[in-house]
Amino acid sequence: MSSKTSLSPEARKKKGKAGKKNENNFLSPHDGAAESHSRPDYIFPLVLTSITQELFGCRADEDVTGEIPYKLIKKEDIVQDMKTRAAVSDFSPVKQRVLEYPEDELLLVFDRDFTFGQSFYLVLTVEAKENILKPPVQGNEEELINVDEEDEDVIIPKTPEPRPWISLGSEQEIEEETVKHIRPRLRYKLSRPRRDFCSAVHFSDRSARDGYVECLSYQDKRFNITEQERHTAVQTVHHTTDSSTQTLWRYPKNMWTQYEPREFSPEEKMHQLQSENMKNFIKSVLIRLDVALQQNCIMNVFSDDWTALSEDDSAPTGKTRSQLKEYQSFTDLNLSKEKTISHIQWHPSISGVIAVAMTERFTLEERIDNSTKLLLNPSYILFWNLSDPINPQLQLECPDDVLSFQFCPSDPNIIAGGCFNGQIALWDVSAHVDKLQDTRSDGKNTSHTPNKKNDTAMVRYCAVSGIENGHKSPITDVQWLPETFEVSRYGIPVENSSHMCVQIVTCAPDSCVLFWDVRAPRVVSQSLTDTKKKSEKPLENPHGVPDTFKHLNLTWKPFIRVSLFKIGSSGDYSPLKFSLTDNTLDYSTGERPAHNAGEGSGLGQLRVPSAKQQNPLEHISTKLFVGTEDGELVYTDWKMEKDNDSGRLFSPKPTHRFVLYDTLINTVSRSPFFKDIILTVGSWSFAVFKEGLTNGSILQSRCSQIMYTVGHWSPSRPAVFFIGKEDGSVEVWDLLEKSHEPSLTQNISTASITSIRAKSISLKQHLLAASDRLGTLHILQIPWMLRRPSANEMQIVKKYFEREEERLNYFEKRQTRHENAKKETNIEEQRKKTESVIHQKHEEEANADAQREYEEYLNLEKMILKDTNLLTADL
Amino acid sequence: MAEVEETLKRIQSQKGVQGIIIVNAEGIPIKSTLDNSSTVQYAGHIQQLLMKARSFVRDIDPQNDLTFLRIRSKKNEIMIAPDNDYFLIVIQNPSD
Repeated sequence: MSSKTSLSPEARKKKGKAGKKNENNFLSPHDGAAESHSRPDYIFPLVLTSITQELFGCRADEDVTGEIPYKLIKKEDIVQDMKTRAAVSDFSPVKQRVLEYPEDELLLVFDRDFTFGQSFYLVLTVEAKENILKPPVQGNEEELINVDEEDEDVIIPKTPEPRPWISLGSEQEIEEETVKHIRPRLRYKLSRPRRDFCSAVHFSDRSARDGYVECLSYQDKRFNITEQERHTAVQTVHHTTDSSTQTLWRYPKNMWTQYEPREFSPEEKMHQLQSENMKNFIKSVLIRLDVALQQNCIMNVFSDDWTALSEDDSAPTGKTRSQLKEYQSFTDLNLSKEKTISHIQWHPSISGVIAVAMTERFTLEERIDNSTKLLLNPSYILFWNLSDPINPQLQLECPDDVLSFQFCPSDPNIIAGGCFNGQIALWDVSAHVDKLQDTRSDGKNTSHTPNKKNDTAMVRYCAVSGIENGHKSPITDVQWLPETFEVSRYGIPVENSSHMCVQIVTCAPDSCVLFWDVRAPRVVSQSLTDTKKKSEKPLENPHGVPDTFKHLNLTWKPFIRVSLFKIGSSGDYSPLKFSLTDNTLDYSTGERPAHNAGEGSGLGQLRVPSAKQQNPLEHISTKLFVGTEDGELVYTDWKMEKDNDSGRLFSPKPTHRFVLYDTLINTVSRSPFFKDIILTVGSWSFAVFKEGLTNGSILQSRCSQIMYTVGHWSPSRPAVFFIGKEDGSVEVWDLLEKSHEPSLTQNISTASITSIRAKSISLKQHLLAASDRLGTLHILQIPWMLRRPSANEMQIVKKYFEREEERLNYFEKRQTRHENAKKETNIEEQRKKTESVIHQKHEEEANADAQREYEEYLNLEKMILKDTNLLTADL
Repeated sequence: MAEVEETLKRIQSQKGVQGIIIVNAEGIPIKSTLDNSSTVQYAGHIQQLLMKARSFVRDIDPQNDLTFLRIRSKKNEIMIAPDNDYFLIVIQNPSD
């Protein structure tokens, strides 16, 4: 059978693609030709002698040939032959098989190629005979089909026909595995006498030595599995060797390389750009690039819709607007009586500490009347801590009523304040800053600690300017210059080497803006002053004032005086509030410089640097906005210009002014988010300006019924600002929601609001400090809606301002266009009038013109013909 | 030359395009609308990236080739169109 099986897959292959398989692995004669000499069982090679051949009519090459190798021989004939010739018969070896053969005729095949060893072979089974006789037809078909299929390479799908089961011996395995009942089931019955159940149990000991069988493990050689085969993997790698070297360093030598990127010379670039290659490249590339560029503009495929969805949720809906919650209010019973608060400032570094300036609640006449009383009641600045609503933390003594003050941004222990009498005062609270910080943290333990001092410390001002040098009227605004630059004596902004705030700008209604420097003036001759110092006794310090600014005390004077001349007329403006351009952004990095907190002691030791050492800074903008007493907003430059004639410095005339209000401007405040947007609040309305836009204001509110007293931008939302009114209410304006009326109006106190300041204490808590005329400081909590900016709020607000700017420009253009149009229509009318008079003249002129042209044309024709030698006689 | 200029103008006029650089196959910039130092930086880095990308694409399937490369970053998008001899870099700020 093995020969059979070895042939069968190859047989299948030949017939395979058609899907037809011969059941019993028969060969076709064609297979026989190609196969080896192993023969299946049903083939029996025979040698037929010529006599036999003649007898059966199957002579080689005559009756049977290569083409027709088959001959059906009757069984009886073979049997007869065997009987007649017995052992000599050619068919004797196959006698038995022939006798067994069921049919009458056997197939004799002429084996021309001796594939089975002899010249003839006898086919011994019926099926084989059938197959051999029939397959030529099938074989051809199959081969044709094969050829066709090979050409087309297509598998003709045929539903598989059910074939009888070929047993390969698996039934045996299944039978072995199945569980069968081979014997009847056994039944057992167990019994025990009833009295033994539930009887008492008696345990006894028994030696364990005999009662067990030990099974020790031992090496049974029968079960040693020897490893006969093992799978391993082998990988080839290159030879690797580790080696190392040490360089000898004989002598050090400095080496450096400088490299530059490869570049083309301009001629080469031109050459390349003009080449044909480049043109083709550009053409082919442009298509894809256009597609890509436009795709980007159409839609952003990378936008995360999920997160964008949540952001949109928080857009101001306007319905769920929560109120400003009253958080705390501060009034000192002793000190705040009959006083009003003029200015509020949050402590820049210590959170929860706020300073208020208390001033007298008098009008000018009342002041004059009660001037004696005023001398006895000193004014002061109080420091409150949010944790302690009863006792102020610190009290700063002022020479006079302070209308405006500011903490030094780089050193919050220095405070500069402008007084009613035109002096500036400086305080240094470094000694008490610990107290401020301690109380903040120990706010909860007020009742427990017995050591807490209940009296407020009093700090006296450590320096005050000279009366004759300062302002002549009450100082209404004090601001520190940022530490990115300082101003030299000639008014040029120069580099600030100390990176601390050293200069103050003040303004007062005496129509000038003064620049002050807190550093000691440069000492020219040191030896003299040194000797002088030695001879002097150390001054007594009765008030315990820190001597940080001793050099300034009483001798301080401003180094620049900027006067505000009126545009178009003589006189000056009287400024009340001003706003400097925000120069704190470091233009190279776009960041704000970090404040150097805690370096306060250095401020007193600074000296004004000499003018030569200072490097002028180019990009500092020296413009400022000034709000005046007459309700005008003036835009001017504080850089001094040199007058060519006298060589003196004088301040230039302001560039623009906007007449806004009838009464005074009480707030000029820059938005903390946009450095060119300014909010100005007058008595009855407010306006938002953009720096650089001279057409008008971006937004101007309508006149309200109640006077506005103060305005303040929100520190966290670019579109929100707060306005304080005279009736003690605070209006919250949200430009995104409504720009014609406030989004929220809330009454806080009965007296008018004098100052508003907002600060974010923590992420979750933003506080608004509002002071009223009665001297009470109210702290309100800003609700979530008002402190949390929505996504893209800055963009939206920016766009809103841009739109307004466009509107203003458009208006202006239209105006000019209208004027031009008007002018043109006037001109047209005039021209029409003159035209009707000379209308008759025109006709004659037209005729004359036409005649002239015709003559010219004739001349031209003559010339051309002459040139081309075509001039004929008749012309 | 004029065609190149015209095409560059066309690209430049699209919304948000910040800069265009034409670089030759070796990474040497030929024409650019940005300043020299940025141009050289872009050309050098992108040439290496382009080679990497192209070899990757062809490695995966040798019949394939790189036609376009877009790099989207937080601030802008850089589009690179390679060709045999040159490649074109366009930096766009999709405004949204």
